[in-house]
Amino acid sequence: MKVKEVQEILNAEIICRDDLLESEVHTACGSDMMSDVLAFVKEQAVLLTGLVNPQVVRTAEMMDMHCIVFVRGKRPDLSMIELAEDRDMIMLCTKMEMFTACGKLYSSGLKGGSGA
Amino acid sequence: MESIKLHYDVPGDDFTRAGAASGDVKRTLKQLGVSPSVIRNVAVAMYEGEINLVIHAGGGEIDVEIDEENITMTLSDHGPGIENVELAMKEGYSTAPDNIRCLGFGAGMGLPNIKKYTDEFKIDTEVGVGTTLHLKVHIG
Repeated sequence: MKVKEVQEILNAEIICRDDLLESEVHTACGSDMMSDVLAFVKEQAVLLTGLVNPQVVRTAEMMDMHCIVFVRGKRPDLSMIELAEDRDMIMLCTKMEMFTACGKLYSSGLKGGSGA
Repeated sequence: MESIKLHYDVPGDDFTRAGAASGDVKRTLKQLGVSPSVIRNVAVAMYEGEINLVIHAGGGEIDVEIDEENITMTLSDHGPGIENVELAMKEGYSTAPDNIRCLGFGAGMGLPNIKKYTDEFKIDTEVGVGTTLHLKVHIG
């Protein structure tokens, strides 16, 4: 699906790089533990998290993820937004909780990727 | 091609900047046309190591050498050293304090993950002296 659909399904606010809304994503993962993202994630393009610090963007960068969704109404600060903009990542912010956000995306066709 | 050598000083007091060196190496490898799977392995292994330098050792240094066959990374610090390497290599074992877990790290996956993403892995450590990781990812 397109990132635009992710944004609509989650009723999410676009934080940065709205020029990437038309990009395609097929897989996602949800975690507040970046250690686990680095250890277990394979080809996921969307990261859903309630964690807010620059290492979220760094982790997504290392894993070639294109879209970060902050759940539970969490918001990134300016330094994170600048880093994401520079790394060609779109950031979204939803008030939904992690379980609900993941469930809605999964039932709409976004998969957990290989091994999930 | 002649080998490319990169050096990074990793400050120990700035968690927000941790990962900057790994990101730089990732972009360099991309510019050199290295395959995405090799880049991913190098990036994740180095990033985990860089985070460890900041979390456990008060900073350190990273040297990277890129030649036609390998990407060699040496991460060294003068931190407390690792008391029990066998235990530290076990998935899920961590000595990271709670404030680090709140930042999304300290799940005990760092060293095992570094080993998983590299072709050659060697660790030299001495309690009270420091730790050096010797890592290699094959390009071919």
